[in-house]
Amino acid sequence: MCLAIPGQIVELAPGGHLATVEVSKVRRTINIDLLEPPPAPGEWVLIHVGFAMSRISDREAAEQLRLLAMLGEDAQAMAELDGYEFGPSSQ
Amino acid sequence: MKYVDEFRDPRLIRQASDEIRRLVDPSRPYRIMEVCGGHTHAIYRFALADLLPPNIELVHGPGCPVCVLPMGRIDEGLSLVDEHEAIFTTFGDVMRVPGRHGSPLERQARGAEIRMVYSPLDALKLARERPDRHVVFFAIGFETTAPSTALTLKRARELDVTNFTVFSNHVTIVPAIRAILDSPDMRLDAFIGPGHVSTVIGARPYAFIARDYRKPVVISGFEPLDLLQSIVMILRQLRDGRAEVENQYGRTVPWDGNLPALRALADVFELRPHFEWRGLGFISQSALKLRAEYASWDAEARFAMAGVSVADPKAAQCGEVLKGVLKPHQCKLFGRECTPEMPVGALMVSSEGACAAYFSYVHRRMAAAEQAT
Repeated sequence: MCLAIPGQIVELAPGGHLATVEVSKVRRTINIDLLEPPPAPGEWVLIHVGFAMSRISDREAAEQLRLLAMLGEDAQAMAELDGYEFGPSSQ
Repeated sequence: MKYVDEFRDPRLIRQASDEIRRLVDPSRPYRIMEVCGGHTHAIYRFALADLLPPNIELVHGPGCPVCVLPMGRIDEGLSLVDEHEAIFTTFGDVMRVPGRHGSPLERQARGAEIRMVYSPLDALKLARERPDRHVVFFAIGFETTAPSTALTLKRARELDVTNFTVFSNHVTIVPAIRAILDSPDMRLDAFIGPGHVSTVIGARPYAFIARDYRKPVVISGFEPLDLLQSIVMILRQLRDGRAEVENQYGRTVPWDGNLPALRALADVFELRPHFEWRGLGFISQSALKLRAEYASWDAEARFAMAGVSVADPKAAQCGEVLKGVLKPHQCKLFGRECTPEMPVGALMVSSEGACAAYFSYVHRRMAAAEQAT
């Protein structure tokens, strides 16, 4: 439920609200309205149910990925990320 | 000590474990509640109890959203499928939670239109793609998840999507902690505070626990070393006779929380006068309902839902396990009628539930050890 997935911001979508993130070579759209100011490309964020929840450092992102693997939740995290269907066209 | 070798830095783990042994007074028991279900999962997964002296007991808290949700809410949510031909959408954890007439997953297998979504925004997307049908999002979660529902509702209102509603089961953690502190059988010495909820609400809302109840609170990360360091910080407070809110999780938890998230919550939600929790009963102002401005997107307001209370199956002792009165394996159904594959009670459903975590790690490990001998 409280699964938090680290993702690196690739680019911000025009019109605000959304950004493309990349995790383990998977790219998906997430919502960034919970972060002020908006994250910049290259920054890492923690993602929960399609929304960036907080900014994290590169080191914290690597630790979070490792923690997900140790908890046996890495596949579930990637399935969640891969499962987000919303995007610029549906907004 | 089975898992110590796979820790990132086994030496630091041993140091923290040794420090804990130095700090404990062997003549007294310590009861520390980890509030968050994610912590419960990590504690069992890493067998952290094995690294603690026997007089430290970790008590599992209410921070597992599907565990504390009473069965009546599942039944009411699913009634929208039967009575209003709605498409029911929810997170994966809810799909296997038993209702009186089956879980959402079982209902889906019997032909009901029920969809698992990973984000509330996907439920809204579905509503826009299916203007001929009503789409309800069965929302669940603490303050970590509720801001996402709030922003989805704001978007639905901006776009004037009229075939979309939210059935809100969002709950707030602080009133639940207060209810536990006020219960007559309260024997806790300290709290390990939740990590992700605190990134939203901040550390400030826990101040009353230290000030009014004189109990230490340490907000913790999820790594084994984080949890052990949090226990060290708690034991130091207890040794010194201090009661403070401390933050082990670092800069991801600001004292005042995430302001845009708190603003979204305040814009869309208000506190319910009371809400029923499994095991804890009715707790005042412990859950979120949609404000009147959002009544058109509020399933409860729009479909005039009555609010039914349904008792858990008699044999299952979920309430007792949630209150910490029973350990998971002491429930009559544990590991026999009730397993993660075929859950009877909600605590066996989510990986954050004490029963599922105990079954997956302790029970299977003991069974494997028995076979080996």
